[in-house]
Amino acid sequence: MTYETIVALLGYCVILCPAVLLALLGLAQLAGRPLSERSTAQATEAAVLLGLTAAIGMLALMLMRGTRYVPIEFGNLVFIPEQHFHFHLKLIFDRLSVPFLILSYALVGTVGAFANRYLHREQGYRRFFLFYAIFLLGMVVASLAGTIETLFLGWELVGLSSALLVAYFHERAAPVVNGQRIWSVYRVADAAFLIAAVALHHATGEGDFAGLMGTGPWPGGHAALSSQQALGIGLLLVAAAAGKSGLIPFSGWLPRAMEGPTPSSAVFYGALSVHLGALLLLRVSPILDLSLTLSAVVVVLGLATALFAALTVRVQADVKSALAYASLTQVGLITAEIGLGLRYIPLIHIIGHACLRTLQLLRAPTLLRDYHRLENAIGAHLPGEHDPWGRWLPPRMREWLYRFSFERGYFDAWLDEYVIRPFVALFRWCDAAERRWTTLLSGGKGRESDQVIAAHEEEPL
Amino acid sequence: MIELHLPWLDLSILLALVGAIWVGRRRNIERARRDALIVSAAVLGCAIGAWQDFGTLHTFEAHDWGDVLGTVGGRDLLVIDELSAPLVPLAALLYLLTILSTLLTKAQRFSFAWALAGEAILLATLSCRAPWGLVALLAAGTLPPLVDLLRRRKPVRVYLLHMGLFVLLLVAGQGMIALSTPGSAPSLAGVSLLMAAVLLRSGVVPVHCWMTDLFEHASFGTALLTVTPMVGAYAAMRLVLPIAPDWVLHSIAIFSLVTAVYAAGMALVQHEARRFFCYLFLSNSSLVLVGLEIATPIGLTGALCVWQSVAMSLTGFGLTLRCVEARTGRLSLDAFHGLYEQTPMLAAFFLLTGLASIGFPGTIGFIGAELLVEGGIGINPIAGTAMVVAAALNGLAVLHAYFRVFTGTRHVASIDLAICMPERIAVLILTVLLLGGGIYPQPGVTSRYHAAQRLVEQRARQLPGDAGQATALRGALSEHVTSSTLAPARRPVATSPPAPR
Repeated sequence: MTYETIVALLGYCVILCPAVLLALLGLAQLAGRPLSERSTAQATEAAVLLGLTAAIGMLALMLMRGTRYVPIEFGNLVFIPEQHFHFHLKLIFDRLSVPFLILSYALVGTVGAFANRYLHREQGYRRFFLFYAIFLLGMVVASLAGTIETLFLGWELVGLSSALLVAYFHERAAPVVNGQRIWSVYRVADAAFLIAAVALHHATGEGDFAGLMGTGPWPGGHAALSSQQALGIGLLLVAAAAGKSGLIPFSGWLPRAMEGPTPSSAVFYGALSVHLGALLLLRVSPILDLSLTLSAVVVVLGLATALFAALTVRVQADVKSALAYASLTQVGLITAEIGLGLRYIPLIHIIGHACLRTLQLLRAPTLLRDYHRLENAIGAHLPGEHDPWGRWLPPRMREWLYRFSFERGYFDAWLDEYVIRPFVALFRWCDAAERRWTTLLSGGKGRESDQVIAAHEEEPL
Repeated sequence: MIELHLPWLDLSILLALVGAIWVGRRRNIERARRDALIVSAAVLGCAIGAWQDFGTLHTFEAHDWGDVLGTVGGRDLLVIDELSAPLVPLAALLYLLTILSTLLTKAQRFSFAWALAGEAILLATLSCRAPWGLVALLAAGTLPPLVDLLRRRKPVRVYLLHMGLFVLLLVAGQGMIALSTPGSAPSLAGVSLLMAAVLLRSGVVPVHCWMTDLFEHASFGTALLTVTPMVGAYAAMRLVLPIAPDWVLHSIAIFSLVTAVYAAGMALVQHEARRFFCYLFLSNSSLVLVGLEIATPIGLTGALCVWQSVAMSLTGFGLTLRCVEARTGRLSLDAFHGLYEQTPMLAAFFLLTGLASIGFPGTIGFIGAELLVEGGIGINPIAGTAMVVAAALNGLAVLHAYFRVFTGTRHVASIDLAICMPERIAVLILTVLLLGGGIYPQPGVTSRYHAAQRLVEQRARQLPGDAGQATALRGALSEHVTSSTLAPARRPVATSPPAPR
């Protein structure tokens, strides 16, 4: 068997494992014959282990041969020869994608094993693993994406599964509202990403990363854009990354995401999803290199997010929210590092941070027990935190900072007040105008939808 | 002209007509439903036969064998071509699935006989190329919903006003064009009137209120079957696209883009599920008309693909909503209903069809939306951006509705609300088509590309002078230029370098 054949087999294996898992779980549920808990766990374990082994095998082969760039083509999904239009899926294995891929498989596998016990006999066990499979496929595709569209495919799968997992406890309204909120932020990020992709393609005529960023393996390469083009497209990409990673002003979704079950919070929002924005910035780093202003924006955004999150984490009353903001602090720093032109340091930072945060979040449900055990071991209460900076600040400043942090920077309130409320008000006004118009045309006859609204308004809260 | 091996089109239309009369004589609802189901399945069989038979002929148009109806109504009355070949079975499938998923609880309000009559008119419309025949059939197509409204004793004034105006514009427009001197440019006033008729029938803002009114008052099944085959878009392709100057197409595109964004915003703020569905449909279907303006093979291919995907996915979405309504009555979107545990399959299908309608990756709508943006962005970047914004808002609206209907609380029911076998079959058929078309899109795209090519050629042939040459040039240019879009892996495969943009 030749080197190329082995590489192709490993590449197919990496992507097919989560795809087959998703097909298995999804089709079984659609056919009304869902798998048992045991079969679900075994299928998940097999898919993750096989995918992880293939990813490690690929890494080993690349290290042995000294290869830094391995593209895997999946052929044309659509081909119109007369129009020179072909739409193919392409994955790339390089110094950025392989570590992120192995990290994804390792953490998702760990969380899968944890969730198998944590959610044992839960009503939504199978639903959780179905969304888990969508997430895994999305992460693998996003990590390995060799084209903008492949990245978008993975990006969308991650977004959908994330929103549905936050709303996992769907018999309560709060998780559902939070899931909807996260989906909204993700859709804004997706729209920014798509527009950036369109603009990028418009400017360069390329969608393949190799074409966009030069043929040199990551982190080399040079984007064929002017400084102005890089700034415009880059700002859209930064907006997309900010939405996906919860940077300000979109940071409000991260603590909301903790409404989901602990395993999903751990791997998705504490470890992997939250780093997707950073992955995007790293992938398009040659564009950042072209514009000093753009790099400065990235640095300022990262540092501001880190500072905000570091303040906010101090006033959180529950451990998952505290961990969410602690996570955001690190993501802010990673973003700033990318803006400063570093490439390998942020990647190492992502890997270390994701592992630590997964461990912390998985331990979160037993935090009190851990504290008690520690206190029993030392025979005294654990020492409280002393803030060395607090006494240097005037009381009013401290009070303001406390309120600012407690209200999570007022970002959600600001978005509600200045974006969502005017939007809803405008379209509700249009709706009312349309209703008046049809009432006028129909000669004042009523509508059933009016009765539905009225019936709902009469319902006791 | 080449003929099919059997009179498939005649058979499908006559079967539906005879079936309508037969079912109309049935007094027993259960038997009427069973007979309607058998007839619509037979009609689908004939429609698929026509499509497959046409495929074996390797031609771009064909008549029925013997062409009985054609000899009565004129040579171009019933023709199957690249555009209509897959649309005929698609329309028959939509009718079959709607009848199949109509439970006996809904059968009292839904007229199977009129549904079959509507199917016959629709199939004839989709097979008709003769302008006056098409005008007559489009006018006849407005009758089944009117009958439904009258039977249910609902207000008809809004519908009558709009459809009356539609027929008037259509007849006046076609009349003016027919009176134009042969060989000269078609009457501008006539083309404008036809454009107005198409916009009205497609429910483009600000003449869309008849559609919300129809969903308010007609039975959900009738409303669904009236709008989802997108007859307005078909009229645009047959009557307007071949003869309209560029400014007419630009106007249609601008109106449609505004509708796409406006309706997406409106879908997000609706209080009630049917109105929400109506706006969601309007937003998605408007994108098909946007493809008209592009008038290049790639843009038109995208529009035709979106046509199919939107018809299929939103019919599925509407049928799911109808199934839920059959269990709970009208649904408020201001409250949570928590139906997931009672009807998990309907919940899954609601989400799947909703996501397919917005072109979510892996579903049938993905490639169509991609091609449409591909074509649109090459002509005008703002158009591509507006499409992306509309898709983003529609995505929000779909998940918002999903959460409201299926989650947020625990629904307690004294009876079993689980999906019934006919509904399950309907759901699974559409699931296979939606996912199959997403995973293996090549055959569908190839078929639509050939249809788009014919339309562009026809337009270039029929438009006189510079306009025709410009269209031909635009089509030709697009064959050598990789247009700008979000598509990544799209680059010239020929050895010759791409022409400068």
